[in-house]
Amino acid sequence: MNDKYSWLRQGTKGLVCTPGKFVIDPIQPTDLAVITHGHADHARSGHRHIIATPETIAIMRARYKDIRKESTTPLDFGVAKKINDVEIRFASAGHILGSAQVVIDYRGTRVVVSGDYKRRADPSCEPFELVPCNLFITEATFGLPVFSHPPADTEVLKLLNSLKKFPDKTHLVGVYALGKCQRLLCHIRKHGYTEPIFIHGAMRPLCDLYKSFGYELGELVQVTSRVKKITAGKIVVCPPSAIAEKWSRGFVSPMTCLASGWMRIRQRVKQRQIELPLIISDHADWYELTTTVREVGAKDIWVTHGQEEALVHYAQTIGLNSAPLSLQT
Amino acid sequence: MKLFALLLEQLVYSSSRNQKIRHLITYFSQEKDPDRGFAVAAIAGTLQIPNITSSVIRKLIEDRVDPELFRLSYDYVGDLAETVSLVWPSNITSENISLYAATNTLASSSRSDAPKTLAMLLDRLGQSERFALLKLITGGLRVGVSARLLKIALGKFGNKNVIDIEELWFGLTPPYTDLFEWLEGKAKLPNVDRALLFRPVMLAHPIVKNDLKSMSAKEFIAEWKWDGVRVQAIAYKNQSRLYTRTGEDISRSFPDVLDQINWQGVIDGELLVVQKNTVQPFEQLQKRLGRKKPTKQILDQYPAHIMAYDILENNREDLRSLTFLERRRHLEEWFALERPKRISLSEIISVSKWSDLTKYRDLCRLHGYEGLVLKRRQSPYLVGRKKGHWYKWKRDPLSAECILMYAKRGHGKRSSYYSDYTFGCWSNNNDNTLMPVGKAYSGYTDDDLLRLDKYVRDNTTERFGPVRSINPSLVLEIAFDAVQFSNRHKSGIAMRFPRIKRVRWDKPANEADSVEKLRQMVDQSAFVKI
Ligand SMILES: [Zn+2]
Ligand SMILES: [Zn+2]
Repeated sequence: MNDKYSWLRQGTKGLVCTPGKFVIDPIQPTDLAVITHGHADHARSGHRHIIATPETIAIMRARYKDIRKESTTPLDFGVAKKINDVEIRFASAGHILGSAQVVIDYRGTRVVVSGDYKRRADPSCEPFELVPCNLFITEATFGLPVFSHPPADTEVLKLLNSLKKFPDKTHLVGVYALGKCQRLLCHIRKHGYTEPIFIHGAMRPLCDLYKSFGYELGELVQVTSRVKKITAGKIVVCPPSAIAEKWSRGFVSPMTCLASGWMRIRQRVKQRQIELPLIISDHADWYELTTTVREVGAKDIWVTHGQEEALVHYAQTIGLNSAPLSLQT
Repeated sequence: MKLFALLLEQLVYSSSRNQKIRHLITYFSQEKDPDRGFAVAAIAGTLQIPNITSSVIRKLIEDRVDPELFRLSYDYVGDLAETVSLVWPSNITSENISLYAATNTLASSSRSDAPKTLAMLLDRLGQSERFALLKLITGGLRVGVSARLLKIALGKFGNKNVIDIEELWFGLTPPYTDLFEWLEGKAKLPNVDRALLFRPVMLAHPIVKNDLKSMSAKEFIAEWKWDGVRVQAIAYKNQSRLYTRTGEDISRSFPDVLDQINWQGVIDGELLVVQKNTVQPFEQLQKRLGRKKPTKQILDQYPAHIMAYDILENNREDLRSLTFLERRRHLEEWFALERPKRISLSEIISVSKWSDLTKYRDLCRLHGYEGLVLKRRQSPYLVGRKKGHWYKWKRDPLSAECILMYAKRGHGKRSSYYSDYTFGCWSNNNDNTLMPVGKAYSGYTDDDLLRLDKYVRDNTTERFGPVRSINPSLVLEIAFDAVQFSNRHKSGIAMRFPRIKRVRWDKPANEADSVEKLRQMVDQSAFVKI
């Protein structure tokens, strides 16, 4: 439907840039992969060559053993690089450490692929950079007007207040191991909480990695069965699934908490049997999505990754050409 | 209203009673009058608030939000009040309008102005408060706090006995300022006319294994434990009331009994449906409960009746400090004098040794009694569940062998365990389909739970949120008090008080019971003539 962008299409491997001969965030092994950030649904292993920010490469090394040094090209934010017939550069996406938007210039047209992003301040990564462009390909994880994330500080206060109110309860906080976990820890520390924070073993490598990039996470203690008895009134962070697994047994009187943008919806909270929902997200909410769609000044908006329908509808009502990315095949 | 909205959220998500109580106490100490009293009323369901229909609310939102975006949002969220509260266009800074101001503004606006007033309020409130207000006016607060729990929290907040609060409760009205002043030690007990108020009731303890050995049969009498609803009937001057044992006023649902309550006093008894002098099964009483205005047809079809156990007051004389035997004499005298219609006297069974009583207990299932109640002859009428005075001795449960079909994760301490089980029976003996027949989340030991949890994880066939569907091969021996016919269940039957008696690791699934066998266990016995 968009002939002028026929050089970009959604193939079986992912978003293919034909003149650049690369695929962005490929879902299958490919010769040349441009990777926006380290989350598993974007950064997969098995590609012949990877271009990503140095932080993303470090994250991938920590997660996948088989990534060799020679198969990667680190590219800093803002540095232009010619790849075959196109020029690309990375702009910060504000999503997690090293997360990037891919800016592609080809024959006088500029396309920005957002990857995952958010606009609000995050003490654990670089802020979002707004890059004006002709075509903006945006994510839409929270692409419905019902999603409006409150300030992360109010949510962190909820957690800290609950610790005071229930000093006998272990606050088991489910968070994704990459990004959300370190962001939450930074926010908690910013509020002056200096107690040790207990972490699930799966959090350890990525917390260490953030520390090596200079982020202060304070004292972290890995959970062992002995430690479980002294966590009353303390914070324990673990992957969301661990709350439901055997790992979570043995803690003193656990209180289940989950930090996620989905916690905005009461039914979700009830269904996951969460007692203290914390609405903290690494993705843009509806307000941020619609603001960005307006501010990038693009005439064309493609939407992917989530609730496409509502955001496409919104972009159309303000006079832009918009369609779900899945239709660009 | 910010604190109130926060409280509702905390209550909805709390998994334990204690947690809810703590949230309530914090709220009572942080919120000012009259808002905290109105909040109590909102939770107890005694708050008067104008009802605004869903269609009016829909119209308001569609005037403000792109209808297509609203439709997509509503489809996603599934709850109107929540969707509207989330998508309502609002300022970043919301005002803290009090619950009182909000409900009062609504109540004082005319019917035609109400939508406009509501919109004005929603414009000024934050998201959580919008949700709370919308839930209040559409009547679906559902925070899982019973009136009893609320009173316990009030008692703990003021360091007062919950019984005192229960005695007062129905004489107080929102915003309960006098109650809070007393709880905070700023004023004396509120002075209310208690004549028609509910009196807290005396409750029985279940008999456990060796209880009887240490008790002498001669010190007790026994009565049948009827399968009805415990009630308190009060008459004073020309007024009367009927309450449940938690103090809920059910007078309006039972005009047939109420018409007959015209003496001066307080009677404790069991509400039953009695047709042609024959006690009917509990399902028939269920048809009357919760029906605010029963039709004549319902009244004729399911006539209500009270089986009187005790008398608490007679002609304004408080009898509660008398012994059971003395009160019984008063009850009998009263009965002989008044000859009340739709009321009978509970039969007294006295035995000299427990083994004689066992014979009565063995008759319970045949006659449809739930069991026996033992009452110490010399005990006064003591409020609450005091040890050593009244006991309930239930009939032996029935049991069936069922197959584990689904398991759900528990709450709080049990959140990492699949601890809630749905089980089924074979739909008939010939084909291989299972029909769910009940749910249980108790009866097993900690060791059973560990092993069951592992079994669930190893034999999952499908997952839906916190629920897993299980390869149907494990037999559970289920104990239950009774089976009833039910058209709300696909199997056509419903179990009462099912629990897991034993896990039959050894038993092959094809030897489990059939639905047909359960149908044959349905109580057909409730033909007691009175
Ligand atoms: Zn991501
Ligand atoms: Zn993603």
